[in-house]
Order: sequence, then structure tokens, then C-alpha cells
Amino acid sequence: MDRRAFLRSAGALGLARAAAGPLAVFGAAQVAVAAAPAGAHYGKLLVLVELKGGNDGLNTLVPYTDPAYYTLRPKIAIARDQVIALSDRAGLHPALAPLNAIWKDGQLAVLQGIGYPEPNLSHFRSIEIWDTASKSEEYLQDGWLTRAFATQPVPRSFAADGVIVGSSDLGPLAGGGTRAIALADTEQFLRRAKLAQPGAAGRNKALTHILKVESDIVQAASHLEAKAALETEFPAGGFGNAIKTACQIIANPSGVAAVRVTLSGFDTHANQPGTQARLLAEVANGLSALRSALNELGKWDDTLVLTYAEFGRRPKENQNSGTDHGTANVHFALGGRVAGGLYGAAPDLTRLSGDGNPAYALDFRGVYATVLDRWWGMNSRDVLGGRFAPMPFIA
Amino acid sequence: MPTRFLAAVAAALALVAGPAIASQPMGFDEARHLLVRTGFGPTDAEVRQFAGMTRERAVAQLLRDVRTAAVTAPPVWVSDSAPPRYPRSGTATEEERKAFTRQWIREGLELRAWWVQEMLSTPSPLTERMTLFWHNHFVSGQQKVRFGRLMYAQNATLRANALGSFATLLHAASKEPAMLIYLDVAQSRKGQPNENFAREVMELFTLGEGQYTEQDIKEAARAFTGWSLDRDTGQYLFRPGIHDTGVKTVLGRSGRFDGDAVLDVILAKPQTSEYITAKLWREFVSADPDPREVKRIAQVFRDQDYDVKAALRGLLLSDAFWAPDNRGTLVKSPVELVVGTLRQLEVAPGAALPFAVASAGMGQSLFAPPNVKGWPGGETWINSNTLLARKQFLDRLARTDDAPPPTAMTAMTDAQGSRTASEFMPAQQRVPKAAVAPQGAPDEDKMRAQRFVQQVDRGLRNVQFDAAQWVARRPGTTPEAKLRAAQALLLPLAPVTADRPHGDIDAVAFVRATLLDPAYQLK
Repeated sequence: MDRRAFLRSAGALGLARAAAGPLAVFGAAQVAVAAAPAGAHYGKLLVLVELKGGNDGLNTLVPYTDPAYYTLRPKIAIARDQVIALSDRAGLHPALAPLNAIWKDGQLAVLQGIGYPEPNLSHFRSIEIWDTASKSEEYLQDGWLTRAFATQPVPRSFAADGVIVGSSDLGPLAGGGTRAIALADTEQFLRRAKLAQPGAAGRNKALTHILKVESDIVQAASHLEAKAALETEFPAGGFGNAIKTACQIIANPSGVAAVRVTLSGFDTHANQPGTQARLLAEVANGLSALRSALNELGKWDDTLVLTYAEFGRRPKENQNSGTDHGTANVHFALGGRVAGGLYGAAPDLTRLSGDGNPAYALDFRGVYATVLDRWWGMNSRDVLGGRFAPMPFIA
Repeated sequence: MPTRFLAAVAAALALVAGPAIASQPMGFDEARHLLVRTGFGPTDAEVRQFAGMTRERAVAQLLRDVRTAAVTAPPVWVSDSAPPRYPRSGTATEEERKAFTRQWIREGLELRAWWVQEMLSTPSPLTERMTLFWHNHFVSGQQKVRFGRLMYAQNATLRANALGSFATLLHAASKEPAMLIYLDVAQSRKGQPNENFAREVMELFTLGEGQYTEQDIKEAARAFTGWSLDRDTGQYLFRPGIHDTGVKTVLGRSGRFDGDAVLDVILAKPQTSEYITAKLWREFVSADPDPREVKRIAQVFRDQDYDVKAALRGLLLSDAFWAPDNRGTLVKSPVELVVGTLRQLEVAPGAALPFAVASAGMGQSLFAPPNVKGWPGGETWINSNTLLARKQFLDRLARTDDAPPPTAMTAMTDAQGSRTASEFMPAQQRVPKAAVAPQGAPDEDKMRAQRFVQQVDRGLRNVQFDAAQWVARRPGTTPEAKLRAAQALLLPLAPVTADRPHGDIDAVAFVRATLLDPAYQLK
């Protein structure tokens, strides 16, 4: 049995990681390290999933024994008997049921209370803070992945440094000299890429930059295939398609270091329950399909998936059965080598700030530090401009 | 021999720079450079009209012909008198919120179309370029301000003062209702001053980073308290009751300052004129301002009461502006690319909105800069996504034959159109965004957004551009000469990938290749 087949069956049997034991995990790590290029371990893939609009964390991971939760949300709280209990206090929104299998395999880390000091409640500004890993009052041009890739370059042989699927803002890959490709659909990208025209070095800096971007497009296009053969069935709908596109990109043998997919619509100021349930089901089904396809490709153990959003939502529901912009939030980390479990601390709903928001427990830059230090093996301090403690969801 | 050689060198030098040339006619290339840098893609006729002038005379004419008001009539609702009210958080019904959202998005679209139309038809492209420059300097965004008429009022103020006194403009722009909302001055009050505007006015609008302290910001914020809005008219209103009348110390000066007094303290600092001059240098001359030249021009700027025309005259007549090494070194902004291409190819579209949307798809959505720092511009305009959006736009314009079959075309434009439309819609805006990525049952808003995408798409497809006709109208007696003239007009540098003109190139293919050449992205 080859490694890929082993992992696939281990996954299917619920044996992966925790059950398969430390030796199997160590073995897998050795394989990955050996296959990875020198410098940072970009053989290990990062998949970012943006929950755009600001997903409501409190109804994602429900504090189902906290009376304050039910007091704050008389209309939109998730009933205790509905949640998928992960602990004696916290449980997942029922629409996230497909993630339960990943949780049971010990490959799902739930990060609680993620935020940052002096939170900004504007969508634009706060996502910019997340994307650039800046302080609340600091405006940085380059995305945090752009800075990471500037510190430790991704091998030239890769199809691209990073690919943004289904969104035109480059987010964490904005700025700088990153080879970032944005596409909505592989076939469409390949068709449009024919308009790109790489040339010799330009006669000035601006022309050189344009020619570099033209070359990046041509290189990415030359490595991507529109139709990687995958047995996994992807969910219908926009997000399922984005996950499918991401998998086609990941299937290219020359590699990419990071992929970002986006699901929009989480800005649930009104009638939240139906909307969020639908969106969370899309997330869970999409992530499930992603795991299945990556297992098929033998890459699940070398993949770290992280969700993020500009902010969480206010604990107290508003008068439209919705929630307004908030602060601390819940996010997921998953992958073949993620140490599953609950991390951080649930927000204290009895101690809210003047505008009704809880304090954060974990700085989001600690999540990034985990990616940089532990996943890619570089120095996060060089990228984040300060020391942020990595979190143990990656050993 | 050496003497003759030196004389030849001197003559050659005099031809590219120096005062000797200022009394000579500029010629085609210099005239083209001047008009491209100060406007949007000049036509051949415009270039030829300027080619016979000296640099001095040409610059004087550009500065003389500037306007203070738009030639295009604005949307009628800009003079609405209903009190501008946001739906109240918590109490407004969902229907009210939706209606409000629909209204400001519709206003935003009409406003963008209006401004692009003005750029297409203005007799003074420099006026619009400077209005755009100030829009990206005194930044506010409709994402936060929402009310179209407040965005319009600000735009009118920027245009009225675009080439007047920067000091007047600073005072006026700071009190624009859009600015008071965007940077939270309207929420600032004695005892609880909001520092947002006080910080940005020093960091971004006048002095630049590092020229003030955190204490200066705190003190200045106190001075700006009292600047407010009239709830019934949406106009600026000073409310003495919430103004902090105490003594403040800002940038080393102390007094019972109000907001205007603080702005005057800031204007008295030489750093302000240098900061603005350097920013104008990056807009018009090159990416790397020459510190000595900036100081020199800034001095003139300040001595002439912050007359923007004086600063521009200094910049446009500097040696650096005309240096051949600085030509074709700046990246066209999306608006410059879109408007400039239409003007240069002499295409007059029926509706301007599709072109505002196209520009948004390339990363520049008018009235919605990404944040208070504005669009960073320069090389950041170009990434894989925006470059392909630019090329697809140009390709579509230039392509008259071998169009893809209708189904492929529809698929491509739908995907592109959706992406563009969603880009165009600010993130907070919930309704049409859900619609452009259809999920679940169709609803009215979804259909509205789909119609919008289709309308934009039709607008882009219906543009009539006949490349063969256009080339035929170029000066020159042979086909090759006409192609040469076309390329000289379109490109600031020799083409990177497009063919050089020769006798038996198909004119249509030649124009397409020239527009798709990487050098076409530059000015």
C-alpha cells in the first residue's frame, strides 16, 4: 500500500493522525520535508478560506451552557439540543455537521476569541488589518503572505507563489514582488492568459514590473490544467466551484505555496439564522470536499486550512434578528497534521465593552505566526514585525 | 575636429534640455508627452496643435484653460433637499435598509457615470486630472458616507479649487460633509475628541509622516470639535456647544485654536508645501522626486500663497519633466487607461457607466478609494488580475473579427462582468453582491443586479471602434507611415512585443497588438 492509499483509507476509517499514532505522523512529516524545497517548507500548502462580511462566531461555536448567551440572543440563539457538542460547554452550529468527521479524526482545531487590540469595525479597514497583519492604527501596503514570500522566496519552479480564487482583491498576497495569480475559473484564466506577453527586461522600473506580471501569468498558465481528474464530488454552488478550482490548482505538480478562496455574505445584519445556516453548510460541505480531494491527491497531510474574516459579530442580537459588527471571533484550522481540539478561550459574555463587544483572547497574528514558524519553518518575527506566540495546533 | 565635436555635443544637449530649447516649438513627441501626462490620451489633432508651441506657451495655455465646474450636468438628485438620514441601527426595518442601500448604490453608479462622462467630454482634461488627484488626496469614500449628494458636493469643491489655492482647498475640503463623516469629525465633541481627522490631516493631507507628535494630534483633535453637520440640510454647521474652547498647543504654537486656526498653523510649515509638491511630482513627473527640485518648487508654491498653478508650472517646466529618461515611466491609472483609450481612439460611447465599471474592475472605483490613504497607484496598479482586466478591455475594444462564438462570449463576459460588478459594489453592501454570485431563490435585487451586469456588458460590447478607419485617418501618405503615426501616438516607448510598422501589416491586427503591448500601460 503506498502512502497516499494508506492515508486515504486511514482517513476513511477515521484513523488518521490521532488514531494512526505518532509514528505514522512522523513518517508522513519526513516524506513532506524530504520533498519540500530548501529554505522555507513551501511543499506544505496553506489554504486560506475567507468568510467575507464577518461570520458570527458566537453562533458558529455555541456556548450552549452559558445563560448570558441565551439572554443576549433571545431570537437567534442556537438551541442547546441543536448543537454538535465538542465539549461540555461548546458546540458547533448544526449546519457544520460535515465537519464533525474531521473533528473526530482529531484534525480540526477550533480557535476561540481571535481578534486584535483596538478593533476597527469597518469591513474595509478591518480586513485590511487582517490581510496586512498590521496594528490597528498602522497602514501597510503589502499583504502578510507577500512579506513572508519576500523574506523566504517561493521556488521559481512553482506555478505561482499564491493563487486567489474567485475574488479580485489579492488580500494577503497584495503588493510587492509576489507571483500572485487571481482567477475565478481555471479555464477562463487560461483563455485570458493568452493576452499576456512576457518580454525582455524593461527599459525602466515600471515596464520591468509589468513584464514580470506578464511572465507570472504565462508561467502559471503553463502549469495549470483546466481539468485535473478528481473523483471527489464537489458541492454545487459558488463556493463548491471555488473549492474545485482550488483543487485543480493544487493538483498541478509544480506546486503553489498558498491558495485563498472566499465565501461572501456573512454580513448578517438582518434575518441571520437562515442565511448563516446556509452559508455555514456551504463552508462545511466545501471543506469536506476539500479534504476528500486532497486525500485523493495525497496532499491532505501537507495542507493547512485556515478560515478568517474581518471581524466577528456583536453578542447582543439586534432588532432585525441579526447581528452588527463585532470583534473577537471563532476560526478553524484543519489539515492532516493539525492537532485537533479547542484553543483559546470563549468570550466572557458578562464582560462586554462599551459598544457591547467581548475582549479577544488570541491575537490573529499568533495564528499567522503558527503558519510561518511551525508550518513553513521561517521566522515569523521578520514578517510580522514583532513576536507573536505560535499556537500549538501545529506541533 | 574636437571643436566641431564639442559644438555638436552642445547642440545635441540643447536639443533635449536647457533654456535654449524653451523658445523652440516642442515637436510631436514632447507635445504628446505633455498632454498625456496632464490629461487623458490626447488625439493626434490635439498633439499637433501643441507641437508648434514652445513649452512655456503650451504650459501657460493648459493652465489658462482650466475650469472650476463640470460641463456635464450632474444627476438631478444632487440638489435634493430631503434631510440625509441613515436608517437607524436596530429600529429600521429590513425593507427600509434595503431601500436605503439600493438608493445609495444607484446614486453611486450615476455619480461614477457622470464623472467618467465629464472626463470624456471636458475641454480641460487637466482640470479632471487634478480633481482626481485631490479625490485621491482628500479621500472620502461612498462606502462610509453613503449619500451620493455629499460625495457630489465634495467632488464639486475639489474641482472648484483644483487649480486654485491649496490653502483655500484645505479649509474647504476639511469641512466638506463627506469628510466630516468619513473621518469621524461629525462624531467628535468636547471632552471626547475623535482623533481620526486630526491624525490624517497631518499625516496624509499636509505634513506627511514624522512631522508631528502624538500630542499634536491630541491637541488638534480638540480644536476640531464643534465641526458638525446640520441634520436637516446635511450642510456643515459649527456647534459652539460641543467645541473645546481651551488653549491648545499644536506644532509648537499655542492659543485658543479652532479647527481653521490649526489648519493655518499647519499651512505655515514649509513641510506642507514640500509634501504636496513631492506628491504632485509623483503624479506628473516621475516616481522618484528630486529633493532639491522639490524644495525649489515648493518655495515658489508657498511664496505664491499655495497657488497650485504655480506649483504645476514649476513642475511642468522642470528639466526632469522633459528628460527623455522619465518618459514612459509612470503606470496609467485604470481611469486614465479607460478614458484615455476612448479619447485617443476617438470613440464616443453612448453611456459612460460601463467604463466606470471597467475601471473599477481594474482596481479604481471612483468615489470609493480603498481607504483614507487612497489608491497607492504606480506599480501597484498592476497585478495579474488587473493586468488581465486591462488587456481584456483593450482586446475587446480592438477586436472586430474572429470574435468567440456567442456562448463562449456570454460565459466569459458573465464571469468577468460578475467579478467586475462585485468589485464595484462596496463590501458592506449586501444585496446585489449576493446576486452576482447567485445562490438560492432569485429575488428582486438579484435580478436587478443581473440586469445591471448585462447592461454594463452590452455597453462595453456596443462600442463602435473601427481600427481600419482610425488608422486610415492617421497622417502619412503610405500605409506604413500611417501605422508609424498610430504607434507614435499610442505608445510612449518603442513597443516591447508589437511589430514595428511595415508595409503589409493588417491595420486592425496592428492596432490590437499595439494596445496589448506592455508599453501601452505606461505614460
